[in-house]
Amino acid sequence: MTERLDLPGAEWRGVSRKYTIVEAVGLLITGIVLTVATSIPTFLTGIQWLAVIPVSLGIIFIINIALTPRRVRAIGYMLREDDLVFRRGLMFRRVVAVPYGRMQLVDINRGPLDRAVGLSELKFVTAAASTGVVIPGLPEQDAEELRDTLVALAESRRAGL
Amino acid sequence: MSDPREPLEPGEPGVPLEPGEPLDPVELNVPESARRLADGEWHRLHPATPFLRGGIAFVAIIGVIVVNARDVFLDVIFGGGSRELRFFERFAESSLLVLAILAVVVILLLSVGGFYLSWRMHTFRITDELVEVRSGILFRTNRRGRLDRIQGINISRPFLARLFGAAKLEVNVAGQDANVELAYLGSTGADDLRVAILQLASGTRAAEAAADAAAQAPAGGTGVVESRVNEFLAPELDPNAAPPESIVRISIPRLIGSLVLSEATIIAILVGIGIITTIIVTGDYGWIFALLPGLLGLGGYLASRLTRSLRYSIAATDDGIRVGYGLLSTTNETLPPGRIHAVEVSQPLLWRPAGWWEIKINTASQAASSSGATAKTTLLPVGDMADVHRVLQLILPSLADAKSRELLECGLAAGAHDDDYVTSPKRAAWLRWFSWRRNGFVLISDAVALRKGAIWRSLVLVPQARMQSVSMNEGPLLRRMGLAELRIHTVAGPISATIGALDRDDVVRFFDEVEHAAVHAAGVDTSHRWRSAGQSTESPAPTTPEEQS
Repeated sequence: MTERLDLPGAEWRGVSRKYTIVEAVGLLITGIVLTVATSIPTFLTGIQWLAVIPVSLGIIFIINIALTPRRVRAIGYMLREDDLVFRRGLMFRRVVAVPYGRMQLVDINRGPLDRAVGLSELKFVTAAASTGVVIPGLPEQDAEELRDTLVALAESRRAGL
Repeated sequence: MSDPREPLEPGEPGVPLEPGEPLDPVELNVPESARRLADGEWHRLHPATPFLRGGIAFVAIIGVIVVNARDVFLDVIFGGGSRELRFFERFAESSLLVLAILAVVVILLLSVGGFYLSWRMHTFRITDELVEVRSGILFRTNRRGRLDRIQGINISRPFLARLFGAAKLEVNVAGQDANVELAYLGSTGADDLRVAILQLASGTRAAEAAADAAAQAPAGGTGVVESRVNEFLAPELDPNAAPPESIVRISIPRLIGSLVLSEATIIAILVGIGIITTIIVTGDYGWIFALLPGLLGLGGYLASRLTRSLRYSIAATDDGIRVGYGLLSTTNETLPPGRIHAVEVSQPLLWRPAGWWEIKINTASQAASSSGATAKTTLLPVGDMADVHRVLQLILPSLADAKSRELLECGLAAGAHDDDYVTSPKRAAWLRWFSWRRNGFVLISDAVALRKGAIWRSLVLVPQARMQSVSMNEGPLLRRMGLAELRIHTVAGPISATIGALDRDDVVRFFDEVEHAAVHAAGVDTSHRWRSAGQSTESPAPTTPEEQS
């Protein structure tokens, strides 16, 4: 397997390791719910081969949970001179660069699991819906600082649409 | 001018309805009527507005009444004595008649009053910062659009409104269904107002405009009938502002050819043949009904394409590109410079022998209705190579030099050439069977060009100053092959600037180049105040006073 898509010589800032817990717990809950739901037909009808669905789902989720730490390590962002670069994904790698001046607004979201471990999610919105820069797993303090930095940077490099 | 014009406040002449902010009226190079409308005070719309807005319903109701009245009338004269007539006779003898007439009169009065009130309450104003509309009797609506955020101005004249010499002016600002609609205005008033709004939006310096205004000679007055006839014959009412001739002409044979050779027609014909064969084989004529929905759909599609291609015109004006079309109901749209976020030149397979192309664009304002949206996003419905170059030069003037032109020609030509496009490596032939030699990208002047497709050829151009962000992606398959995908994100529209199956190192390098180009282009871009561009190019500071909102 060759190297993953990356920018040469980039120094990525990673997200908090605690985000692994959030991600893993989230996957665990969805996995259990889906596995239970799909195993209902097997119990009701007693047809043996229908059990293939919940079993394979369960295996997929277990693999997914096992890969969570690596996936979280793959998330990174970088504040360069003129733009914000964001990277995520193991299998499906995606690297996005957004000039600061393109910022329309910055959102900070906290889900219940995020709050439990004191993390926030920062969303950078541009006029293009497909930009999709969402940085998860930032400690609350960092997220707010990053937001203020981004807003200040965007203000100094303001551009039209 | 004698057509019914939006009157100033009849009761309180010259007094604004609401104390607006202190105005510093910019001298405008426009006729008196428009200057009056754009003076920052509240004005009313064309008096026929309620009638024109509810136009079709009104005509339908009148039609029903006329048809019924005619039946009764004929019965009375020829003594037919139908059931209806006897009903009316009995009705007339009873005491209910008075009540009924009273009710009708009250309803009429109420609706007339309501219409009058809604017209009175529907006001608009245009200051040098914004355009604002207030409407509604019980539920008040107030909509403001910032002039420096204007993405386009649309003037449409539905058939009925044209008869009354009225027009609808729509100011599009960025966003989904974000338009400020002034319906209806006097027809010439709308054209003048468009010029006024565009001049206010363009950031024209007052002194400069005043100098222009001195050179401007007012048009002489003409008779009512004559002016109405002139309006009806000319969809472009603005001989001063627009060069009279369009740079592209769509001849009728080409128009029909482009419709007949479209993929939709071919599919429809194939389906038709299939169903007719079925009917012949099975002998069951019920199948004929299966044709109906398809026929209706095809008819609608062809009709919408036809209307936006009839009397099509595209021309450069001082304030952007003006596209006009329509035979009975006409529309013309002005796109100020720098409002086009992506351009795609494409060729449906069947158009290739004829050498025709189509140009689509992405803009930041999206129309609410889907038919309006397709009309707005298709800039050139059909044109040959020369037309394409002329239109491209209009929308991306920086691509006019010989080098760029050559690259554009390479981008549209068939097959592979030894040109500057960075194309997919041979190993990508597994993913792009026919097009891997063509599939490529290049930076042309201040735009990014993505060339795609061997069978359905297309060339996507994104002005660097309009790019929102850029991304590179890879999945497991692409990684194994050492390939990657590049995406340029623009505002939503029919075009997605994505190019896949390219060598990874090329993509990483290009990603950086594009991003730097985008940052630089955004920094020097002043097109949102396009006329002040000349004054501020010397010092491309990212924040001039106008830009701060």
